[in-house]
Amino acid sequence: MSLLPILGVLSSAIFSGTSLLYTTLGEVIHERSGIVNLGLEGVLLVGASSGFAVTVITGSPILGVLVAMLAGVLMNMVLGYLVIQRKANQLASGLALMFFGFGLSAIIGKPYVGSRIEGLPRLPLPGLDGLPRLYSSLFSFDILIYLVIPVSILVCWLLFRTRWGLGLRAVGENADAAFASGRNPRLFRYQALFLGGLLAGLGAAHLAIAYTMNWTEYMTAGRGFIAVALVIFSRWHPLRAIVGALLFSGAVAFQLLLQSSGAQVSPFLLDTLPYILTLLVLIAWGGNRKQSAPASLGRVYHGSE
Amino acid sequence: MAKAKMPTERKPLITLRGVTKAFPHTVANDHIDLDIYSGEIHALLGENGAGKSTLVKILFGFYHADAGEIHLDGKPVTIKSPRDALALHIGMVFQDLNLIPAFSIAENIALFLPHLQAVLNPGEINAKITEVSRLYGLDVDPGAIVSQLSIGVQQKVELLKLLLSDAQVLILDEPTRVLAPHEVKALFDILDNLRKKGYAVILITHKLKEVLECADRITVLRGGRVSGSLLRAAATEKKLVEMMFDKHLSGLKVGAVAKAPEFAQPVLELRNVETRAEGAGVSLKAIDLKIYPGQIIGVAGVSGNGQKELCDVVLGMERSIRGAKLLYGKDATNLSVQNVRRSGVSFVPENPLAMASVPFMTTLENSVLTNTWRYARHNGFSIDWAAARSDMEKTAKRLGFSVSPYAFARSLSGGNLQRMVILRELTHDPRLIIASYLTRGLDVQTTIAVRQALLQARNDGAGVLLISEDLDELFTLSDRLIVLYAGRIVGDFAPSETDVYQVGLLMTGSKIDHGN
Amino acid sequence: MAINTRSFPRLAAFTPLLNGVVRYLLMILLALLLFALILLFSGQDPIQSYGDIFAATLGSSYGFSEVLVAMIPILITALAVALPSRVGLINVGGEGQLYIGAAFATWGALTFQQLPAWALLPLMVLLGMLGGALWAFVPAYLKAIGLVNETITTLLLNSVAPKLVGFLIFGFWHSAMDTVKTDNFVDAAKLPTFFGTRVHLGLVFALILLLAFWAFMKYTRWGLEMRAIGGNAQAARRNGIPVKRYLIAAMCLGGAIAGLAGMAQISGFYGVLLLNFSIGLGFMGFLICWLAGGDPLGILLMSFTVAVITTGGNMLQLTRDLPYAAINILLALTLFVVLAKPSFFERKKP
Repeated sequence: MSLLPILGVLSSAIFSGTSLLYTTLGEVIHERSGIVNLGLEGVLLVGASSGFAVTVITGSPILGVLVAMLAGVLMNMVLGYLVIQRKANQLASGLALMFFGFGLSAIIGKPYVGSRIEGLPRLPLPGLDGLPRLYSSLFSFDILIYLVIPVSILVCWLLFRTRWGLGLRAVGENADAAFASGRNPRLFRYQALFLGGLLAGLGAAHLAIAYTMNWTEYMTAGRGFIAVALVIFSRWHPLRAIVGALLFSGAVAFQLLLQSSGAQVSPFLLDTLPYILTLLVLIAWGGNRKQSAPASLGRVYHGSE
Repeated sequence: MAKAKMPTERKPLITLRGVTKAFPHTVANDHIDLDIYSGEIHALLGENGAGKSTLVKILFGFYHADAGEIHLDGKPVTIKSPRDALALHIGMVFQDLNLIPAFSIAENIALFLPHLQAVLNPGEINAKITEVSRLYGLDVDPGAIVSQLSIGVQQKVELLKLLLSDAQVLILDEPTRVLAPHEVKALFDILDNLRKKGYAVILITHKLKEVLECADRITVLRGGRVSGSLLRAAATEKKLVEMMFDKHLSGLKVGAVAKAPEFAQPVLELRNVETRAEGAGVSLKAIDLKIYPGQIIGVAGVSGNGQKELCDVVLGMERSIRGAKLLYGKDATNLSVQNVRRSGVSFVPENPLAMASVPFMTTLENSVLTNTWRYARHNGFSIDWAAARSDMEKTAKRLGFSVSPYAFARSLSGGNLQRMVILRELTHDPRLIIASYLTRGLDVQTTIAVRQALLQARNDGAGVLLISEDLDELFTLSDRLIVLYAGRIVGDFAPSETDVYQVGLLMTGSKIDHGN
Repeated sequence: MAINTRSFPRLAAFTPLLNGVVRYLLMILLALLLFALILLFSGQDPIQSYGDIFAATLGSSYGFSEVLVAMIPILITALAVALPSRVGLINVGGEGQLYIGAAFATWGALTFQQLPAWALLPLMVLLGMLGGALWAFVPAYLKAIGLVNETITTLLLNSVAPKLVGFLIFGFWHSAMDTVKTDNFVDAAKLPTFFGTRVHLGLVFALILLLAFWAFMKYTRWGLEMRAIGGNAQAARRNGIPVKRYLIAAMCLGGAIAGLAGMAQISGFYGVLLLNFSIGLGFMGFLICWLAGGDPLGILLMSFTVAVITTGGNMLQLTRDLPYAAINILLALTLFVVLAKPSFFERKKP
């Protein structure tokens, strides 16, 4: 087998893994504050469609990325209003948000189905000048790809090395204890949703504006749910999320590779692997408190009397 | 820090005046006045439910008082949230500790550091912790994860947290409840040290020995009111017991105490039973107990000393790790709750709302829950509500009080809920009755009726395990009296052999050292 | 994930019926107003759009029959959530259970083609329910032994099931013409339809299940004990009710019901097993059950409402040049309004 298909697969794994990782990082942040967002699928769709639409209209992919981030934040704020302010059930609110995203993105994106855009500019990896053009073009990445690992580290730093992160995690573990330490749990949860929305928007933007460079209805095809599973898989840690995203998109890439080499492995079964792995991880760590979810994940904070 | 002066010439650091707080169905604090001085340990003493925890939670801003004033250094202050309290240098250690188990010690403490930098500097935080922990002999490893620490160490972390948060007023809500004797000793040494440095310490407890050992000033609460406040020099065990426990006999002398027929087969026998506590619970140790038919065994003790665990072991909710349980002479150590219930065991738990009833069900539905097999018809496809209702009415008639059968449990007052549970549990001629705080929340008339019903059941041959904090009730009803302290039986008497004072001392742990 | 395991709040349980209905109508009206704004923004005339929706749903007998067709699967999956919710379990896995149920039923349909309908259809029903129950057993067992929360497991298994079905179709069952679906079922494997519409026997299944669920909960010993567990698990245990056994049984029964929904959908609606034949039927059932507070009448009303909205979406697509998915906005807005429980709809406390 020649080297080219392998490298091609690797390159596409990096592209598809990037948007997944941004999304997962966002979910890690608000799950750390105690909010699970099952509507991520909808957030991604609205981010992708509006980002793509703006890119088509203005011709500026950068503007598209910014609008996608804004859209992500707005969607998350809807969730925030329901679950923080109105104390609604997080699962039901998330699912409702998902359906909202299905519909809204379809309307936003409809005029732009089939439109072509100039995607985010690509910068070749340095030091590959000697390679043939065919190869070096495979390793020409956009800025969001170069930034994704630094952003993961930044999120990790934010969560574990700053006062804000400490407070945020305290809210997610025990909102009463955080309140007793003089913090406002509701404010922290809004802030977490804000950041999470920005990151989900980035993930959506990368998908539509840098990777596929088009818009089709329901183009995320379950990425939101994969991200939710990835958060569990990485046990709520941004750095493990890198490994998770690599593994997930690697599995997809591996499957493409197998197909190209003519091996008979069902892509459907390979697709289930990430979820089965996550389930096994859960079972393996089930009894262990230290490895478990933020203790007040999914709970409504009622305040004190 | 203020230098300690003679208590008499000083002004109080904090004064509480007329603090009142009502919860649905209870007034937890009723016009409470309290003075806190710096350089002193002020003990708040009282039974469970006396209002101690509510009072300090108001001072810490966790609850909001309905009425009353708080003055700090003579100036009125409003404390709306823990944030305000912390800013006024008031810190608190909650009864069921408030550490985050998934966090390290350093992270838990950092949450409360007053001048925490936006970017954490673990080295600096650890250095601060080490410095203060050395100063007070509170050695801990800042990197350790809290969930893996013993309760004793967690207590230390809580104290460190307060000290590092610049608190000058330290509120400790029952800090010794979960500590071993040597840990208590260490804690008191630390508190003594803190007092000398000028801190004001508020210590909640119901253990007399501890109060007399370390407090400078003692305030006793009873039923949400201050029943007295005195200096250590003026306090004696006898005086405090009198202030803590209501000595007014309410004229509820019911029936003569029957002689227990000790020749019969015991309905319940526990042989050397031991349990392992989870979390902040209490382990039972070496429990030997026999209840004969027609006998009421009273269990005295401050709640949280193993009463709940004792009930749960008998009922089959909790498994013992050692020893055996026999019901009616047959081994029942591993019997399921279902089968224990079915064999004729009734249970009135300490908290009828949380432990015995389903809020969104009617009284009648609730009354069937322990007996669904008895009322099921057509192989379970229907339930004979008429029979259930007639049984309930018969019992109500026998006992002399009733509860509306179609009221939802959650709409009932505490007293009515208790009535409902008692009606249910006394309906089917139980052979063994476990009753925890049987008459809590009941009016005088119902209390008499319930006590008479219990005696009637006893006279009909049932064995009774009666758990109470109301010594009066225990002395009136029990054929034998045991005292539970820290998961052990520390006293076993016929009621005539002892008195309230002796039992009160055992309950509060005062005599434990003489015994061992 | 520590999801609050309290059972669904029974919104409508104690309100007089009329009061509850009026409340819901007001909420739906608010959602309609919000959606009208969105229609305006996207250049559509809301009044005409709503006219179209009405004509396509409640305005004609054919439209009404289409609403019933759309209601069948979501009514059943809502019941699949409602039953476990009565013991405090949160079954978000209706989607996966539905897929596995459909796969099991398909296996029956393809393997026993020669059987007459009176034998084949009951067999397929049983197989569908068995498949759903098995798929639900995993989360039920993991929950009962205290290892993993059922919310997470059901959610993860949701993503696995459609792919497993895809594997079966693609690998073994696909027709000669098309790799994304099986051969059309033989007539004996198709649920009969009524009056020349697409309304099929699944509607009867759904209504019987609804009635049975209501009667089971209200009258039987097991219903009483399940409600006790959902209302206060600790008290139920102390009262001698075998809680763990009920948890497993209720979850598996919920799975069986969702499996039946899958069977009804492929046997009654499609007549063939398609790749990804359900996008969110199970989730929709979850939402309906949650909004109805697990109350049988509420489930019927909510699933009818949702069916009206989704059926109306078809018409918008045809006449208004809007994407079909746009109707999800109206759906979501309705859900938002109900979830947010606006204070001006709240009943004054007596």
